[in-house]
Formats: sequence, structure tokens, C-alpha cells
Amino acid sequence: MTSARDDILANIRRSLGVTGAEAPRRSNVATRLENAPRGLIPARGQIDPTARVALFREQAERAQASVMEVARRADVPGEVARFLRDRNLPATIRIGADSRLAGMQWGETALEVSAGRSNGGDPNAVSHAFGGVAESGTLAMLSGPDNPTTLNFLPDNHIVVVAASDIAGDYETVWTRLREQVGKGTMPRTVNLITGPSRSADIEQTLLLGAHGPRTLHIIIVGESV
Amino acid sequence: MSVHATSPQFKENAHEALHDAALQKALNNMRTGFIERRALAAAELPEFEALRDSARDIKKHTLQHLDLYLEAYEKKVTESGGHVHFCRTPAEANAAVLAICKARGARTVTKGKSMISEEMGLNDALSRAAINPVETDLGEYIIQLRGEIPSHIIAPAVHLNKEQVEADFRRVHTHLPKDRVLTEPTQLLTEARGVLRERFLAADVGITGANFLIAETGTSIIVTNEGNGDLTQTLPKVHIVLASLEKLVPTLEDVSQLLRVLARSATGQDMSVYTTLSTGPRRPDDVDGPEEYHVVLLDNGRSAMLGGEFEDMLRCIRCGACMNHCPVYHAVGGHAYGWVYPGPMGAVLTPSLIGVDKAGHLPNASTFCGRCESVCPVRIPLPKMMRHWREREFARHLTPAAFRSGLRLWAFFAKCPALYRFATRIGMAALALFGKRSGRFKSLPLAGGWTDFRDMPAPQGPTFQARWTKEKRAR
Repeated sequence: MTSARDDILANIRRSLGVTGAEAPRRSNVATRLENAPRGLIPARGQIDPTARVALFREQAERAQASVMEVARRADVPGEVARFLRDRNLPATIRIGADSRLAGMQWGETALEVSAGRSNGGDPNAVSHAFGGVAESGTLAMLSGPDNPTTLNFLPDNHIVVVAASDIAGDYETVWTRLREQVGKGTMPRTVNLITGPSRSADIEQTLLLGAHGPRTLHIIIVGESV
Repeated sequence: MSVHATSPQFKENAHEALHDAALQKALNNMRTGFIERRALAAAELPEFEALRDSARDIKKHTLQHLDLYLEAYEKKVTESGGHVHFCRTPAEANAAVLAICKARGARTVTKGKSMISEEMGLNDALSRAAINPVETDLGEYIIQLRGEIPSHIIAPAVHLNKEQVEADFRRVHTHLPKDRVLTEPTQLLTEARGVLRERFLAADVGITGANFLIAETGTSIIVTNEGNGDLTQTLPKVHIVLASLEKLVPTLEDVSQLLRVLARSATGQDMSVYTTLSTGPRRPDDVDGPEEYHVVLLDNGRSAMLGGEFEDMLRCIRCGACMNHCPVYHAVGGHAYGWVYPGPMGAVLTPSLIGVDKAGHLPNASTFCGRCESVCPVRIPLPKMMRHWREREFARHLTPAAFRSGLRLWAFFAKCPALYRFATRIGMAALALFGKRSGRFKSLPLAGGWTDFRDMPAPQGPTFQARWTKEKRAR
């Protein structure tokens, strides 16, 4: 008996009327995988860096995230503390090993900081984004010890720090940067593209926030855009 | 085929659905919202129509080279430490999932939304093996409690009202106080969130579907709004992805094109909340994520659709826009279609997957208004393919005798234009005469299917052809 794999590939080839050995087909596929040509990119995000950050903010807010811009990295702990205080949330946060976060002066705030993945008991988490996409107000998060994926989903409130200079106009620019960092054809275990807080409209088409993931998403944009 | 199909009883199903007051109330909720939101999202993006062309072309290209992209994809999954299980049939796919679960001694499995799982009838297979499957998408969870299948591919519980959900929660969540208030959707959501959070943390295996598979990187993608799919695949030790062959796309750039039309067509969002790209199991220094990553890749008749008149159907990205815009779906809902996929896409796909002998009624459940094709993000010619099925059904003598002789009678007249004009003139004149007083008919012989639900207007003035001839002469 042939394997299911061989059977399925043979079936596909029979249906398409090919053998799989045709050089033009093989080169079509190899070229596309190698060059990864960009398709149509909406003009919306193709704007100067300052306007791009403004568009990112506008789009993220439309998706029900809250957004605050701060001038310097050093301002982040204070902004996290303010956000939690203003919403009457517990003054505790969980962060990963990201040096951009771990190195901050959390001691200057009254926040209780714990580190590592979440097991479900954390009210709040702070993560650092790899980048942002202005055209849809989307955050790009990479898995790993720096920013564990559980922090994106288990806590009720997710606070994400993103550098203004890492906000791109489109997804394609994020993929180019990612390839430069991890190598073409490889990926971290998980890339999360996040656009606003969790929601569901499964009951009578009524849109409700906080289905299974975070009920609130607060984005802190750090620094000038260039 | 593991899911029992009631598609052969489509007519009876539709009849019941039209008389189901609760269903009609629920369908009222969805008739306008989806359409308005999609239209708004499409209007806001000037490139939307061009992106639909781009999406269509990417899927066409991938299908033309599917064997080679599958090989490239499999190689990448393996390189990243994952496993691809090719499965010809739902039975093989169920066996593959069970083998993975058993190797881990799994008792509880959480599940993100997957239509392939419905195709496989996986929940039954798991239950028979004493493994407890827990659906975690809110809509899927609700219908699992009710022992139903989804009535919509992206809004599985769209056929229900909140009072029905409340009754189910009270029936099943018996550990919660009896006097709790559950009248508002937000209270129902909070209760489900609490109940399911415990399940996420306790599960041994997490099973998700896949919206796309990327050949370039060996990546699977899920697109959700709730975040349930992410908790499903991040917390347990094993992540199993269920996907069918046609989910393949070449590169990250290609998937970006498709993502730009997917959410806009489905819910009118620019992007769904969570678009998650997963590649292999957790890495050595990761502190969370699954230790094993498996992709169960199902064919179930799709490889035979390539190269034929139904190949275009394999472009479908399961946005649900066709059913959201379908007057037939709006009238009878999803369950009447009798199998996993309802609406126009189901009417084309179901006969391919379970046979036109069982699903022959579905391609007939269309007014051919063309709205489905006009909103399809990958421009699938759905009405044309429904016509293909009708031709096949007719050629295989599956249509009822009365229908065939009626059609033959019509064909006889249609082939003799003079006779046709004469007969219609007489018929129209007779109807006009009988209906003169009230201007409409409350009932007509042989047309009860129409007049039971609405009056038939009496013809006014001459026939179209007569007017056409007259006005052309006058010009």
C-alpha cells in the first residue's frame, strides 16, 4: 500500500496533468519562495514617519486599544503605573526577560514586578513589541523568553511598549525586518499580530470586549518616529 | 464521511426552518449587520477591489503548483521540529489525531474553531476514545453544549438567541449559583470565560484549525477575535493543527495580501484581533508554548477537484461573506443545508465532498442573484459552479420526474419562439383576467411554495416581449 502522502501528491499531479518534474513549474515555485515578491500595498500606510505613528495610533484606537505616547524609555514605568492607577487596577505587573523592559527603573514606582511566563494568575502584563503596522493599528509580537506568549493572552490587562521607530506602514516591512533578524525561511515559534483587545460577537451579534484574552490593551509608543 | 448529512432532506429542512420562530428571530439579527460592515470596510480601502484580484491570483497560482508547494511546506515544518500527517480521508485524520493524543495519555483536549474538525466529526471520534473535547470559541462552545453543528462558518451560533444560551448555561453550569443573573450577553460571556479558563489550563492537547499554511516558512496561521485559539495552542504540551490541502500559500508577502481581504470580507474589521503565526514546537530557551507541533493535513476529495470545473472553489478562504449576503441563507439559516458548510460556498463544496446524489438539492437553493460572487474576496464564480452541479444532476437523472418533464415542456416552448410568445400571451391574459379584482393571488395551483409566504401579483399590461417589440418599433 502506498502512503497517504504519496497518494495525495500523485492525485494532485494526475488532476493537474503534471508529473512534478517539469522544470518551469519547479522554477516558478523556487523563485517565488526565494524572492517573496511584494503584492499590492495600500497607499494608506506609505507616509512619512510622523504621520505613520499618528495613523497607527488612530487605527489602534479604532480597534478599542488605548494609546499613550511618551518621549523617552525612562518614562515607561511611570506611564504603566498611571494607567493601572487610573483604572483602579492592582499595582502588579508581569514582564519577560526583555532587557528593554527589565532594565527600566521600576523601583521608582510602587509597582510590584514579577518576571517570566504567566500561569493565569496575573492581572496585568507588560510586553515589548517587535514592531507595529500603521495601516491597521496592529502590533507584532515575537515569542521567546524576552516576551513569553502567555503574557499576550492570560492577563486581564495587556500593556505593550513599542518604539516609534519600529512602527512600519505595512506588514511586508515587518516581514523584511524579521528576516533580517532571524534569517530567511525561519520564524520564531509564534508571531502574534494583535489588533485591539479580545472580543466576541457570537451572542446575537453583540460586540463584547474580553472574550478569552485581555479585556484591555494599552499601547505605549516610545520616542520620536525617526 | 463522519458527520451525518441531512442534505438529502434539504427541502424538509428548509420548510421547518421557515416555520421556526426562534430561528427567524435570530436570522433577523444578521441580515443587515454583516453586509453594512463589509461594505464600509471595503469602501474605506481604495485598493480593496485590486486586492481581491491579487488574492484570487495568489490562490490560483498556488493551486496550479500545489504539489510542489506542499513538498516545500512539509520540508520546512520538519526542519522546524514539527510533523506533517497527510490524510486521505476523515477516518485517517481522526486516527492520526487519536494516535497523537494517546501517545501523550491525553484526557482533555481544548479546541479552537476548525471547520475541518467538523468535516472529520472529530469530537465524536475523541469522545468514543474516552477523550473529552472542549470547544473554546464562544459560539462553538454554545453549540457543543446543545449537541449541534455550526450554522455559519465564522459565527457558529448565529441561529440562537440569548435566551436559548442562558437556558443551556443554566442546564450545564450546575456548579454556579442558581439565582445568578444571565439576561445580558455580557453576563453570558463572563460566565463562559470563567468556565473555559479552567479548561485551557487543564488541557493535555490543544487542537486548532488553520486559515493559511505558509510554504516559505512551514508556518500555520489562525485568525480569531477571542484569543481562544491562542490559549488552546499555547498552554498544553501538544499543539495539533487541522488543515486541508488548499490552505497553502507561498510566502509571508502572499498571506499579507489575503489577510487584507479576509477580515474586511468577514466581519468588516481591517484586521481580526489575533492573527497568529505558528512554526514548530517551542524553542530550547522558550518559557512557554507546546513541546510538540503536528499538522494533520486532510485531502477528503480536494485533490480530485483540481483541474476540473470546481477547482475555483479551492480558492475559498472561509470568510463567510457569501452566506452573509445570500437571500436563501437569510431565509433558512445554515442548518437546513444539512452538512458542515452552508450558504453558497457550501452549495458548491458539499456535493464535491459528499456527492451530488446526497447534496444535489443545495446547488438548487439559489435565486442566482449573484450577490455571493460580487462579494467573494477571491472572486469564486459561485453561481456558475452551482449551474455546473445542476447540469450534472440533470445528466445523472437525479432530478425528480415532475421537474424533468416540466423542464422538457418548457424547453419545447422555448425552442419555438412563436409558440412560446403565443402561449405566454394567453397565460398572462388569463392570469390578468382572474386577478383583475384584487390585483394579486392569495393562492395558485402548483405554486403553493410561493403563495404560502407571499401573494403572487397579477400580471399588468402586455408581456415583456410584446412591449419590447412595440417600443423597439416606436424608436
